[in-house]
Amino acid sequence: MSIDWSHFTPWFSLSGGIILGLASAMFILLNGRILGISGIVGGLLPPRLGDLGWRLAFLAGMACAPAVFFALMPAQWVQAPRIDAGYPGIVVAGLLVGLGTRYGSGCTSGHGVCGLARLSPRSLVATLSFMAAGFLTVLVLRHLL
Amino acid sequence: MKSRISEFLVGLLFGLGLLLSGMTDPAKVIGFLDLSGSWDPSLAFVMGGAIAVGFFAFAVAKKRTLSFFGAAMRLPTSGQIDRRLVVGALVFGAGWGLAGFCPGPALVSMAAGQPKALVFVLAMFAGMAVFELAERWGRRPAAEVPSA
Repeated sequence: MSIDWSHFTPWFSLSGGIILGLASAMFILLNGRILGISGIVGGLLPPRLGDLGWRLAFLAGMACAPAVFFALMPAQWVQAPRIDAGYPGIVVAGLLVGLGTRYGSGCTSGHGVCGLARLSPRSLVATLSFMAAGFLTVLVLRHLL
Repeated sequence: MKSRISEFLVGLLFGLGLLLSGMTDPAKVIGFLDLSGSWDPSLAFVMGGAIAVGFFAFAVAKKRTLSFFGAAMRLPTSGQIDRRLVVGALVFGAGWGLAGFCPGPALVSMAAGQPKALVFVLAMFAGMAVFELAERWGRRPAAEVPSA
């Protein structure tokens, strides 16, 4: 292993992480909810009356983030994120992420941030599992195939 | 109304955090997952920062039954570690490693107008719909028993 110093962004990543932590803190302390994206989105299928408003309000806020980010920090805006996977890969990946996060009851936010922050052994097992699968997938795709 | 505004602002803040941290750049995510190549440790800082802040919030939350806005405190109650949890997480991780998108960053990138993120999100919805249908199919015999 060697460190990729040219792409390493400790300060932006740490401050971004602190913001993610603050958002998760506000959500549980003000709204009483776990900030887990796959759960928030997955709960829209099927839409249940009386359970829609908070999900849509949250997602609407998220949808505004790119415009607000660009207005606040145009220098940090990544014009073209590097997406190496082709469309077939993107489709397969989306299906796996949709299925897996629902079966496993959470993703990087629900298990990886909120679950670990509340010291849940269940979320620790989930996080170690999806991390391990992520490492393995990249190893196979990048180095073994 | 107060809670709708807070939900909106939390969603906005979360999206901003994802953009600032680098999570919305799939190549950066894959750079973190690529241990044997040239490794970019940035995402460990994202998780570290988020968990450090969240730790204190959840310590407070665990002691309360109502949120500061008076909503029920919906902390997960299941502590079950079963095959479903592990297999689900492994499948998610494989998809994450394949494209470099997890659900939050994909949604934010879709909102930023990235066509690949849109396709990813549509496929993710399809995957979630398959889960819902499979769950209902599995629950069907039980549903035929009249419930109280």
